[in-house]
Amino acid sequence: MRLKEKITEALLQLSAIFSVLITVAILYVLISESYFFFSRVSFFEFITATEWTPLFTQKSYGILPLVTGTVLTSFIAMLVALPIGLTIAIYLNVYASPGFKKVIKPVIEVLAAVPTVVYGYFALMIVTPFLQGFIPGLSGFNSLSPGIVMGIMIIPMISSLSEDALHAVPQNLREASYGMGATRFQTAFRVLVPAASSGIIVSIILAVSRAVGETMIVAIAAGQQPRFTFNPFVPIETMTTYIVKVSLGDVVHGSLEYQTIFAAGITLFVLTFAMNIISFYLKRKFQEKYE
Amino acid sequence: MEKLFSLNHLKDKAFLITGVISTFFGLVVLAIFLANIMIEGIPRLSLDFFTSLPSRRAENAGILIPLIGTIWIMVLTSLMVIPFGVAAAVYLEEYGAKNKLASFVEINITNLAGVPSIIFGLLALELFVRFLGLGKSLMAGSLTLSLLVLPIIITSTREALKAVPRTIREASYGLGATKLQTIQMQVLPSAAGGIVTGIILAISRAIGETAPLIVIGAMLYITSPPTSPMDDFSTMPIQIFNWLSRPQKGFIVNATAGIVVLLSITFVLNGIAIYLRNRWQKQVKW
Amino acid sequence: MNRIYTEDVSVFYGDNQVLKNVSVSMENNTVTAFIGPSGCGKSTFLRLFNRMNDFIGSFHKTGLVSIDNTDIYKKDINVEDLRKKVGMVFQKPNPFPKTIYENVIYGLRLQNISDKKILDEAVETSLKRAAIWDEVKDKLTKSALELSGGQQQRLCIARTLAVKPTVILMDEPASALDPISTSKIEELIFELKKQYTIAIVTHNMQQAARVSDRTIFFYMGDMVEEGDTKMIFTNPKKELTQQYITGRFG
Repeated sequence: MRLKEKITEALLQLSAIFSVLITVAILYVLISESYFFFSRVSFFEFITATEWTPLFTQKSYGILPLVTGTVLTSFIAMLVALPIGLTIAIYLNVYASPGFKKVIKPVIEVLAAVPTVVYGYFALMIVTPFLQGFIPGLSGFNSLSPGIVMGIMIIPMISSLSEDALHAVPQNLREASYGMGATRFQTAFRVLVPAASSGIIVSIILAVSRAVGETMIVAIAAGQQPRFTFNPFVPIETMTTYIVKVSLGDVVHGSLEYQTIFAAGITLFVLTFAMNIISFYLKRKFQEKYE
Repeated sequence: MEKLFSLNHLKDKAFLITGVISTFFGLVVLAIFLANIMIEGIPRLSLDFFTSLPSRRAENAGILIPLIGTIWIMVLTSLMVIPFGVAAAVYLEEYGAKNKLASFVEINITNLAGVPSIIFGLLALELFVRFLGLGKSLMAGSLTLSLLVLPIIITSTREALKAVPRTIREASYGLGATKLQTIQMQVLPSAAGGIVTGIILAISRAIGETAPLIVIGAMLYITSPPTSPMDDFSTMPIQIFNWLSRPQKGFIVNATAGIVVLLSITFVLNGIAIYLRNRWQKQVKW
Repeated sequence: MNRIYTEDVSVFYGDNQVLKNVSVSMENNTVTAFIGPSGCGKSTFLRLFNRMNDFIGSFHKTGLVSIDNTDIYKKDINVEDLRKKVGMVFQKPNPFPKTIYENVIYGLRLQNISDKKILDEAVETSLKRAAIWDEVKDKLTKSALELSGGQQQRLCIARTLAVKPTVILMDEPASALDPISTSKIEELIFELKKQYTIAIVTHNMQQAARVSDRTIFFYMGDMVEEGDTKMIFTNPKKELTQQYITGRFG
């Protein structure tokens, strides 16, 4: 009996440790392949050159066009998701009735459950043609429309997590504010948002991290053309979509072209890893505050 | 009393209206998208569409192979990820409350949950496709998606376990049960509703994924449905992506019809999950 | 004419009636204590006067609540202005996680007052009135959360005074405090009644006897008895009141 307990605990523990092995394996794969890449391409060129043409005869290995592509689409997504998501969070927390909030929160979360390949279709076939009605110079592939659609997709990340943070602010602070004659608007922006700020920041960081790693929407609607630009109307390529593009072609294992996707991958990993870790510690901090 | 409509009051009302608009903005946009998809796609849905193999001619092409692939993926992924995910969660929640290992594993899982899905594709390409020699098989694909949704299952299972009150555990220990017996006979059954909800959501996420499968090379021209885990495969999202990248209008229509099928599966799974969660939460009114 | 009175007030949460036809009045510049066992409706009654019950979705009321000859539940009442006039101190000290200075001027900021001279003056006057100025005058820019519980509660009183209310509602203001802090709050209440009309909910009978001029006793949603505090505690008219103040239940 005692033995069975011990063995089970050990097995459970192994399962938990297994998740750490995944991270180790990711790091190993990314680092070892990029190591080969960086032994053939200078790191300096990688981070400063403004052209990314590994698949052309005239090769250049500057990651910057992929970075600007990623920054551009993520930025546009946040321009949509941040104001709308935060407004929803405050509205649901401060204005809406608890019954309405309980129903509508999971409904809004449906936005995040739609597969991204479907959002890609929306961006390419609905939003771009619609926007072309207002913006004559808009190319059929561009960063504006996948950015907007991605923004709609990540609204629930910001609205739900921020609402949770607002919800964690003690009730008596609300009462104190209302008791002084504050309106709901004043209570929200002078008391609740400041008190919930770290939780709100966590939601924003996680949303940015999600946008940076998003692949299919951009792969379908942004054009897969690396371009060092912040112009939202022209085709671009992100780090993620470059990996997709190479995967769709016939690239020989072990070639420099093959290794480029790991170089792009590790850049992406480092960026999102930093954001995830920062948000983890911020979250822990704000949880302690109210416990 | 002072005047009713002060500036503060106006701001308050203005934000109320903005809030209502924001809340419904995304949903209205999604509704427009869905209406558009259904108008384009539903007329294309016929029995043939479900039973046909791929074809160079859009009107003859069907989703038999990707649909069967998606079902395979659902089953294989569930089989692999559920035991590991639930076991890890039980360890973290019931055994490892305070030790350093558990806290390290916890940071790790939070981080894994935020790793872009395409990175899992790169891992799988090296580890499953090449190192383990699984090729572009269903096995390789399911393993990839299992790793991807493992953090979701662990996190949701932990939430469900957390919701089981101390009193139930204490009652069980008080009757002389061991820790393992308590977990098996009291804690897990009490948390089952929440755990199943998390599993359904994770599987729904897995079958909607495209990017990591593309990276392992799953976008192939296949002529017959897979019959074993070692066969090449395709899935619904991959087929949709494939059709979307073709210029002919007929394939775009096929893509919309495929989207209708994929979204139906996704929404049904999510609906079941929400239903189960609500029922479970009502039942768990401790 | 009494400036605050109610006529036939009943309060419901959904189908559940928590106050039954209560008619009372409170006189100017006095302290009125609401006493009664928990769940008797005394806190709900207190919160009628600054409409804090409005936040509870299922709340509705019948009857009249009047302050300064105005029905405060009239349709065109500005609730925010009402709450400036009728200040409230809560059971648990609830300073905002801001500096002491910012806490005191919160209500003035709400009215978009930003003149530094006015704000400084308001801080000093309010903190002095709340008998906490000497303890905090050198650390106005420190976080209010660094103060002790008793100090925090007096800060919350100062914060309420800064908006110049005429009525102050206190919901068991000392129940979370130690005896020394409690006696400071009680002394303060005694000082404040010279300028304000005060209503205080308390479950502590001695406290009611010490600080209040008039007492209203509630039981199961009914107003059982109202009168001079001295009379209520020495010679109540009703048997139920007698039983409660002698501690036979509650």
